[in-house]
Amino acid sequence: MFWDKKIETLKPDDLQALQLKRLKKTIRQAQKVGFFKKRLSDAGITASSIKTLDDIQKIPFTKKQDLRDGYPFGLFAVPLREIVRIHTTSGTTGKPTVVGYTKKDLDVWSDLIARNMTMIGIGKEDIFQNMVNYGMFTGGLGFHYGAEKIGMTVIPSATGNTKRQIEMIRDFGVTAIHCTPSYAMHLSEVAEEMDESLDSLKTGIFGAEPWSESVRKTLEKRLGITAFDSYGLSELFGPGVAFECKERDGLHIWHDSYLVEISDPISGERVADGERGELVVTPLVKEAMPLLRYRTGDVTMLMEDGCLCKRAQKIARITGRSDDMLVIRGINVFPSQIEHVLLKIPEVGNQFMVYIDRINHLDEMTVEVEINRDVFSGELTDLAKIQKKVGKELRGTLELRTTVRLVEPGSLPRFEGKAKRVIDRREAI
Amino acid sequence: MDMKKYVIRQISIFSENRPGRLAAIAHALGEEKINILAFSIAEANGFGVVRALVDHPEKAHDKLQSLGFNIAFTDVIAVHMKDQPGGLYEVAKILGDAGINIEYSYAYSGKEGAVLILRVDQVDDAIKKIKTSGATLLERSVFH
Repeated sequence: MFWDKKIETLKPDDLQALQLKRLKKTIRQAQKVGFFKKRLSDAGITASSIKTLDDIQKIPFTKKQDLRDGYPFGLFAVPLREIVRIHTTSGTTGKPTVVGYTKKDLDVWSDLIARNMTMIGIGKEDIFQNMVNYGMFTGGLGFHYGAEKIGMTVIPSATGNTKRQIEMIRDFGVTAIHCTPSYAMHLSEVAEEMDESLDSLKTGIFGAEPWSESVRKTLEKRLGITAFDSYGLSELFGPGVAFECKERDGLHIWHDSYLVEISDPISGERVADGERGELVVTPLVKEAMPLLRYRTGDVTMLMEDGCLCKRAQKIARITGRSDDMLVIRGINVFPSQIEHVLLKIPEVGNQFMVYIDRINHLDEMTVEVEINRDVFSGELTDLAKIQKKVGKELRGTLELRTTVRLVEPGSLPRFEGKAKRVIDRREAI
Repeated sequence: MDMKKYVIRQISIFSENRPGRLAAIAHALGEEKINILAFSIAEANGFGVVRALVDHPEKAHDKLQSLGFNIAFTDVIAVHMKDQPGGLYEVAKILGDAGINIEYSYAYSGKEGAVLILRVDQVDDAIKKIKTSGATLLERSVFH
């Protein structure tokens, strides 16, 4: 089934012509942003100097750090009165990355989500429970708008209270769910404990963290669903960028809306189809916040084989990151954010270690930090206060609950070369 | 009243909650021929504070600090108890009646009889109240 058959099955020549037209338009839109204006003029590039799609390689990459430098609204190409929504995502340090949307952006974005959901065979008749964060995270409102556009019955259940989530699935006869794969594992276990078989469920959409084929099998068996992988990131609107079709062998990325390159993360050189590298995307349909050659940090490849569903070239499921970003309970965390928080707390040192475990299918992050020698009063209660303060500050920045462990001064490892401060003890899911 | 003579210097050592930390502290004190008169461990979430009364607190402080321990002095007071059933009640009742709030406390029984070590928030005030209530405070010279 197609939401927009014509655009989803464009012939290669027509697709490339559309991409080139939209790329030029995107460059003109980007020139309204001070940062890109300077970048493009330094590189001697204008929209008219782009003759073929390959010419895009003359444009420098945009990195997450560039977005941070423009905090909060420096990357907007339209006046603030045209912006109708703001979301944020993790920045590399203390400040989040801000993304803005015009009315048209929201329409285009929800249309992409509608394409994805239609592609996997869910529609007006379905009852859809959206079990992700509805706040600044794009996954909540993103899917909500797309599902409403299709005309589904949408339950904005958001996160938390697993028993209540299960009761709603049962009582409302929910047929499709969206959440992180690890939360789905947790949900399936709680349902089993409650002796709920959740017979109405048919479809599961899982994203925001990488997950394996074995988890797919487990979830499908335990929940009685067909499971689909969803990919997106806030900088490219949010979820909806790429999605598995019914074949479930790679994700269709929407080439009319996103110009895809796969690059070697070190050299920046393009790699061939079938070779893994960093996904670099130039969104072709963004109005409020155009980006040029945005380095996603996600590692994938362009797949060589076509697809039975007749849609265009797929990317492989994401296998990792080209940088040190962590995904914890679906939330993106950079170790530099933790360092930034600790620098602002005089009671503790700047050395730290992070341990990540998976307990009952849910990620748990523990941060070890040294107490500062000079602040030790001898009182246990003062230490407990410091511990609480660090946890609160980390929560404020990361939007994630962490366990803080105070350790003795000088006891954490010091690194001379590349610091290895993160020990991820999670098994692959 | 010279209240200073009743103020005793406890050493407080920050310690992670992992095997061998107490042994490391005790070994260091033994090496310096420092005698531990009383001690307790208070534990919180993943860490603790080792509290000790020793015969040479300064020497203990310097030694442990040189080994990298995070150590501080804490003022405590010591109240004599009868070493017999009801001894603690007698003292605790006096403290309660006098309105003294105890932050923490530990006890030992030695050649001076039974002793209750107290950490209170207002040391001078507590000393005055305990003196007037009739309980016996031990002087600092008993310990160091």
